[in-house]
Amino acid sequence: MRNTFINTVSELAAKDSRIVFFTGDLGYSVLEDFAEKYPSRFYNFGVSEQNMVGAAAGMALCGKKVISYSIATFACKRPYEQIRVDVAFQKADVKIVGVGGGYPYGSLGPTHHATEDIAIMRSLPNMVVLCPGDPVEAEIMTKAALAHDGPVYLRLGKGGEETVHKGEPAFSLGKAITLQEGTGTTVISTGGCLAMVAAAVKQIPNARFLSMPCVKPIDKEAILAAAKETKHIIVVEEHQGMGGFGSAVAEVLAPLPTHAPLTQIAVPDRFMDEAGSQEHLRGVAGITVEKIVQSAQRFG
Amino acid sequence: MNEHELKEHIRTVRKHVLKMVYDSGASHVGTSLSCADIMACIYEVAQVNPKDPRNEDRDRVILSKGHGVATWYAVLAERGFFDKKLLDTFYADASPLTGHPDIQAVPGIETTTGSLGHGLPVGLGMALAAQVDKKAYRVFVVLGDGECDEGTIWEAALAARQFKLHNLTVVIDRNDQQGLGKTTDIIDLEPFAAKWKSFGWHVLEVDGHNHDELLVGLKTQGEKPVVMIATTTKGKGVSFMEHDTFWHYHNPDDEEYKKALAELDK
Repeated sequence: MRNTFINTVSELAAKDSRIVFFTGDLGYSVLEDFAEKYPSRFYNFGVSEQNMVGAAAGMALCGKKVISYSIATFACKRPYEQIRVDVAFQKADVKIVGVGGGYPYGSLGPTHHATEDIAIMRSLPNMVVLCPGDPVEAEIMTKAALAHDGPVYLRLGKGGEETVHKGEPAFSLGKAITLQEGTGTTVISTGGCLAMVAAAVKQIPNARFLSMPCVKPIDKEAILAAAKETKHIIVVEEHQGMGGFGSAVAEVLAPLPTHAPLTQIAVPDRFMDEAGSQEHLRGVAGITVEKIVQSAQRFG
Repeated sequence: MNEHELKEHIRTVRKHVLKMVYDSGASHVGTSLSCADIMACIYEVAQVNPKDPRNEDRDRVILSKGHGVATWYAVLAERGFFDKKLLDTFYADASPLTGHPDIQAVPGIETTTGSLGHGLPVGLGMALAAQVDKKAYRVFVVLGDGECDEGTIWEAALAARQFKLHNLTVVIDRNDQQGLGKTTDIIDLEPFAAKWKSFGWHVLEVDGHNHDELLVGLKTQGEKPVVMIATTTKGKGVSFMEHDTFWHYHNPDDEEYKKALAELDK
């Protein structure tokens, strides 16, 4: 996803001179090409995320489209107040881009896990939140982020994510992508766990399968349709259960007098205190194919 | 403005500030009075046009110590950025004039501040945008000295030198007072000038109430970013408010308001 993102940005920057790239001293062996092609539009801010985001807002207020790039957890938590006041409140055209949403940097330890970012970003007014699930979605979301005039949080995986989409699906901001129609269980995925969720869906008969890379604005229509037309909804995210994507889906369902039951597959309100690959930590958190399939069977 | 006109303009600004604070029950009168000369002098030097406040080539002015906003509003109103009558609504329900600057409030407010330590990074980004576009505009950022406790000030100080932002001028309202007392007693910033110098800035130490010194400093531009450490008196112009932390929060009563106005009119 990371390479897809940077290649897409390079392409867009050729056509749009407003695009400027800031990094918080991350992107070794990934950003060099952009830096060489557009030296006057590439700035390394060193390890100073707060200053970087403030400056990104200042530059955006002068007519630029500024990307503020770091590891997901540093990109949006250290400079949270700059994102709130300088970017979101002022509707500055800044794209906060985080690599490593969830546990891609698993063994680096809990400081490098981004598992609360969706919650804090989606609670900000004016903020669009995009969490692509595979390289195809990464390209589409990068284009959507830069086409949008205003604040965006783009939560990427790291690299090596399996491609789930065959061809380019239709997408517009605020719309889900339907991967499979069905009337049994609806499985909705956001972010880098898409391939894992796709594997689970294969084992669930008559499942409806939605990918929702656009967490905010959320596709209420698709959720309400699933609540009406299918028996059970499962939402999957590599993120804390509280306040994240599953909560966003629950907020849509809550006002209904009756609706299909909702099962959240997410991190169960805990930090990881052990090393481990992304797959291992997903297992510890209970974000697994087995868990999704079992949940579907409960209401099957 | 000539010297006399500038002096009278600043007297009017201070009177507006006093009235706005008195009418509204707002706090921060001391900090607003301390930066009145600085803000007024910046607008003497900055290339801005109240009739075309969003012109792409304008100089940018930021009050990063946002709690001094009454002064900013008064200076902008006196210079014709908006109707002076609006000053009467400061702090009131549904007024655009909030107790800290809001970019959407009135023309001339270049960025929202109020949480300390935000204005300099934003100003740095504006100065960098001028560089990218090869434009000549300058950026002026006013900081409080207490605000310099914030790490972002020093992050931005490092980056401004690195990116060679010769179009960036910082003025520090050095009144040696912050929330709970004297800056020197809380987090001592000294040797303050030496700190900025070691960060690669061109440092000027001026009297923050001396208009000649301020104007000369504000016109100074070289290869480095410029920082002016402007020594000021918190509560300047009202004897019983000067140097007193009480007036960071307190609001004048009828008697105090009359007395203060009389002093400003002297």
